Amino acid sequence: MCAFSKFAFAAILIAIAAPAFAQATTTAPIAVEQPWARATPAGAMTGAVYMTLDNKSASADRLTGASSDVADKLQIHEMTVVNGVMQMRQLADGLPIPAGGSVVLKPGSYHVMLIGLKQPLTPGETFPLTLTFAKAGNISVTVAVQAIGAMQDSKGGMGDNKSGGGMGNMEMK
Amino acid sequence: MRARDWLLTGIAGLAGFAAVALCIVYVVSFGGRGIGAAVAPIGGPFTLTDDTGATVTEKTLTGKPYAMYFGYTYCPDICPTTLFDLSRWIQKLGPDADKLNYVFVTVDPERDTPKLMHAYLSSFDKHIRGFTGTADQIAKIAKEYRVYYKKVPTDDGNYVMDHSAIIYLMGPDDKFVTVIPYQEDDASALAKLKNLAALTPTS
Repeated sequence: MCAFSKFAFAAILIAIAAPAFAQATTTAPIAVEQPWARATPAGAMTGAVYMTLDNKSASADRLTGASSDVADKLQIHEMTVVNGVMQMRQLADGLPIPAGGSVVLKPGSYHVMLIGLKQPLTPGETFPLTLTFAKAGNISVTVAVQAIGAMQDSKGGMGDNKSGGGMGNMEMK
Repeated sequence: MRARDWLLTGIAGLAGFAAVALCIVYVVSFGGRGIGAAVAPIGGPFTLTDDTGATVTEKTLTGKPYAMYFGYTYCPDICPTTLFDLSRWIQKLGPDADKLNYVFVTVDPERDTPKLMHAYLSSFDKHIRGFTGTADQIAKIAKEYRVYYKKVPTDDGNYVMDHSAIIYLMGPDDKFVTVIPYQEDDASALAKLKNLAALTPTS
């Protein structure tokens, strides 16, 4: 009984969470999991979107582009820190996603860069994003905006969020 | 003839060996000190504009230790991460927070106006000040702090900046103390800031 109620609770949670965070249909060869963005500081003209791309098909694919109404231009970027120097580069050929594998876009690594933000991204809001893949075509998702210092989607529940996911009671200017 | 050639070659070889050996002895004996003395200290005088539009120099910061980070507001990832981390550490310092100055220096003065930096920093701890300036002024302070930065054009006609991702911790006498590198863990970074606060003159 107890086990069943736990199962039922989990099922309800999944039922609630699934539409919000896994917009890709089950038939799509690429599953876009937990697309999220950080809230942007006031006046910031750029932002970054993160997610996990899970390639369920038997052939490799590439994330080649993205579009959204929230920014003028979107690019696929890789960020690295080499010898203490941060480098950010547009992936001209897109981001490869191996067959049957997954790629995580996360702070300090890959991101979809939002260039020319039309308005700041504020925590709690969502916005639509369309991802373009070389083979899978267009996949539209809904991006959830987390706090400025978030290191992952707060619904991810994977722990190791050293920033605590929020600005808390930070005193503002 | 042949014997004399061999002799000459031998003498030349010995002379060459001696010269190399002398060089090695010289470098080992004096080179280290010489090289050390030739390296300029980290930090130095500057004239910049803060995020309220006021002119600031190194003397603006003298008297309190300070944490200095170089970045730019168009940076979507590492700069907000670092400024957010710094904001959290400042909060954790509690009363010690006021013993330090905190400065975000742009490496993108072309786009980062005082007004934009002021708005941007309003999203972080209020202790953090923004410094910008002319391209030459930024080049000078970057050189003094040995900060690497480079404009990298993007195919849409814009650009991104490569830049050092290090927080410099400087003493109240403007002398270099240590750095907080990218992705330093909280405990270590906080300990460094607390040690820095302890350098603040009490009088």
